[in-house]
Amino acid sequence: MDHTPPPFFKRGPAPLVRLFFFASLSLALLVIDARFRYVEGLRGWLALAAYPLQRIALAPIEAGERIGDYFSTQARLVDENQKLREKALAYSQDAQRFAAAAAETDELRRLIDAGARLPVEVKPAEVIYASRDPYTQKIFVDRGSAQGVVAGSPVADESGIIGQVTRVHPLLSEVTLITNPDQATPVQVVRNGLRAIAFGGGASGMLELRFTASNAEIQNGDRLVTSGIDGTYPAGLPVATVVQIERDAEHTFARVICRPAAGVDRGRYVLVLANLAALPPKPEEAQAGKERRGEKSRRGRMKDAAKEAPREADVPR
Amino acid sequence: MFPGNPQSILMPVRASTIIASFVVALLLNFLPWRDLRLAPDFVALVLVFWCVRQPRMVGLGVGWSLGLLTDAGNGVLLGQHALAYSLLAFLALWLSRRILWFGVGLQALHVAVMLLVAQAVGLLVRVASGNAFPGWPIIVGPLLGAALWPVITWLLLYRQRRSEREQAI
Repeated sequence: MDHTPPPFFKRGPAPLVRLFFFASLSLALLVIDARFRYVEGLRGWLALAAYPLQRIALAPIEAGERIGDYFSTQARLVDENQKLREKALAYSQDAQRFAAAAAETDELRRLIDAGARLPVEVKPAEVIYASRDPYTQKIFVDRGSAQGVVAGSPVADESGIIGQVTRVHPLLSEVTLITNPDQATPVQVVRNGLRAIAFGGGASGMLELRFTASNAEIQNGDRLVTSGIDGTYPAGLPVATVVQIERDAEHTFARVICRPAAGVDRGRYVLVLANLAALPPKPEEAQAGKERRGEKSRRGRMKDAAKEAPREADVPR
Repeated sequence: MFPGNPQSILMPVRASTIIASFVVALLLNFLPWRDLRLAPDFVALVLVFWCVRQPRMVGLGVGWSLGLLTDAGNGVLLGQHALAYSLLAFLALWLSRRILWFGVGLQALHVAVMLLVAQAVGLLVRVASGNAFPGWPIIVGPLLGAALWPVITWLLLYRQRRSEREQAI
């Protein structure tokens, strides 16, 4: 097979030594990445190197879609146009009423000396692909730090919240979906204002309200919206609907399963919302106490404050 | 020279073939698969192939770098695939003298074991870092990959074989 004689004396270190070297290098990287997050720069460069390959991989699919669009029939277009016009009409009604209601709310808030609500800035983005990792629920969108996306921004589609930006690369950013097991979303029941935290249910595509007392007033069909008190998510965006409640006298907490309102695992276009809310700094002592208590478990988890906020802001007490 | 195909003596491999095969494998891995647990890992498969066929050109270093690129591209823990691919490269180098004495079917069985070990390492890393077990379909990917071994062998040896045929004429 090879025409050169095998180099008997110059073969470098033995394979086992090499394996030991590379395995320890990988393990060191794993620990550094998981516990300390020192290698984000390296990750950014590597992601940039992989980016062209990822775009090329998607090219045939995009081309196929374009060809499909080209051959879409006149009748279908007319039909779709009609539907969109009806939808726009319905939305315009809502929008008009919203303007009036927003003005009224501002007026009322001024009367009770509450701070004004900030407008939410919206950037449209396209989903490029879902992460090739069966352990987590993540997607990548085609807006990165070059377009002004910052880590921690909520991401929504036309019917509700789908996730949060957790990592920003130069040309694309990584969005952790609300169904990811580690992802926590602070929510509020529309019917009675009960606050809770929705955690992702993993591959099942559902959400779970943890730490909800078994006598909490919650029922099937309750709509959950973002509570907005964490300073990350704007208040009042739909998150999920309660579909199943298991109350067991043996456990302190009820098991509440909810279905996401947004098309978390489908849809191509999403909105990246800018979190403009400028909250006052947290009280000194509470912060210090929390640091001491949660230091060990927290160091490895999400470091940035934006991610941390929903975890701690509103655990029901 | 090798008992796998006793009639043909293959031309020496070109570096461009190896690089092109890895690029294509990365492309295939970045395709939007519907269920990732069922999709075979093409980079792992091509890595095993070249480690078995060209143990002096492709080895642990190549596997480790490819793993790092995969990790960053997929946004997973940096080092997970690097660890799995370097172990895979080591196993392939270690078995490279042995595998080629078997027919394609038995070769595929060896490859299945190697891919399963690599997948298990990835699984171990993820479970250790706090992720939930994604379910048993996770072993389908490596098995499918091993089933693709004959196809990969035929495809990747094509350029070496073709030049040999041209010379015979």
